[in-house]
Amino acid sequence: MLMSSTMRRIIARVSGRIGIPWYQPWIDLTKLYSLRTQISHGTMFYLGPVFRLMGGVGMFLFMPMIFGSDLWSNYSFSGDLVLILYFQFFGMLGMALGAGEGGHPYSAIGISRGLSQFTTIEVPMTLAVISLAIQYDTLSIAKIVEAQQGGIMHWTLFTNPFATVAAMLSLLGAFGHSPFNLVKAPNEIPIGPPTEYHGTFLGVLRTNSAILHVAEAALFMNLFFGGASNWFELIIKTFLIYFWSVFVGTVFPRFRIEQSVVWFLKWPTIIGIIAIIIYL
Amino acid sequence: MEREFDKAIKEMYKEKFLAPENEVRQVSAPDGSIIEIDPLKDYFCQERPKEHKPRKGVVEDFLNWARAESLWVLGFGTGCGSIEIPPLVTPRFDMYRYGVQMRPTPRQSNVFIISGYLSVKTLKRAIRSYEQMPSPKYIIALGSCTINGGMYWDSYNTINRLDHYMPVDVYIAGCMPRPEALLAGFGKLKELIKSGQGEKANEYARNFDWYKANQKKIIRDWNMPDYNW
Repeated sequence: MLMSSTMRRIIARVSGRIGIPWYQPWIDLTKLYSLRTQISHGTMFYLGPVFRLMGGVGMFLFMPMIFGSDLWSNYSFSGDLVLILYFQFFGMLGMALGAGEGGHPYSAIGISRGLSQFTTIEVPMTLAVISLAIQYDTLSIAKIVEAQQGGIMHWTLFTNPFATVAAMLSLLGAFGHSPFNLVKAPNEIPIGPPTEYHGTFLGVLRTNSAILHVAEAALFMNLFFGGASNWFELIIKTFLIYFWSVFVGTVFPRFRIEQSVVWFLKWPTIIGIIAIIIYL
Repeated sequence: MEREFDKAIKEMYKEKFLAPENEVRQVSAPDGSIIEIDPLKDYFCQERPKEHKPRKGVVEDFLNWARAESLWVLGFGTGCGSIEIPPLVTPRFDMYRYGVQMRPTPRQSNVFIISGYLSVKTLKRAIRSYEQMPSPKYIIALGSCTINGGMYWDSYNTINRLDHYMPVDVYIAGCMPRPEALLAGFGKLKELIKSGQGEKANEYARNFDWYKANQKKIIRDWNMPDYNW
């Protein structure tokens, strides 16, 4: 939440405005939960935001946050990388079902755009992860972090730069900031999949997007930037990873959906394939 | 005599203006049986709006504070005043500072700015949008056209007093008011909400019949449900 408000302040400053107060997302959330009328379109309409929230929380649960800490390695186990990649997509599918039941034609357009973009985002991401799995010979995030300990030159960033570049480019899409925010931008075909969502439903969606962003930033920190051995390191690193996408977002205008799909399938995918070929 | 004439006109309009997708029709269900669908009854919620009692004491105060500090405006421009809204997001006025944001869909917005004259055709759309907004909801009426018709007061096709058709929280007079006036209006609305007076959605529910009668008097081709969620 703090991240998203900071991001919007930065965007405002870049365009010469003062921007929202830093606590604005919390006020919005309180207001959304306090609305008096709610309507539903059916069971799946309820479950959509819940599934999405589960995707975010699930990712968080199975991710080792702090290296070497028993408590904060959460429920990570030897194959957690695959599970987390699945959770990343899971929320999207739940959202698609829920928004579909809303029955609004704009939701349907939003869903088709969102799913097609997210599928192509997953391609370089998965290629990078496969490359890492070959490099470190494991699918456990904790083991990958362990292998990166011992100085900055042991980070995947330097030992496997191609995979890092491919994954960081796909991260731009996963966070959904400017060049790739067509799906949910308020001024595109009204706001995409959550057209019909309001009140508490929208509140749950917003809560989730905050959780999901932190979880994704933590995943990238673990995979490519040597993990974190204490909270301070964790916060600094996740913030920097997050702001990579924010800074790119403030500079570049929005892509159309066919442009972004082609973009993801071009350079990030080629780099990802190179990253795998090196280790074959 | 006159009443009968009105009735006949209404029947005629009903037949003439009922959109094809809203006509009663036969549809075959997935299991093969034929069912009859009346879209006006089946696809829309015909329930009347309900009054929602505010919570008590500090809780309501806190919620009102949150509602006041997070005003989401429906991006619906009517009349000439809608040109005054875009400058609000520019660096010069920057309404984001005050927690005012634009939302593209009525489901997610709380504030409806009627920005100028409302033609009868637009009034219909404005009512539908207003009723779809989740309560508590507020209306800001911009410009003198919404107060007494302004320069359109004797026009054949615009309404004169907005508060006969929708409950208005804040009026901003002028032709046209500048964006600063609009910001001041937002400030006034915030004061009202924080002091617990932003209950116009309940008033709309309470005087629903009166509002509907007024609306139907002016909208001749009423081809939608009485209350459309």
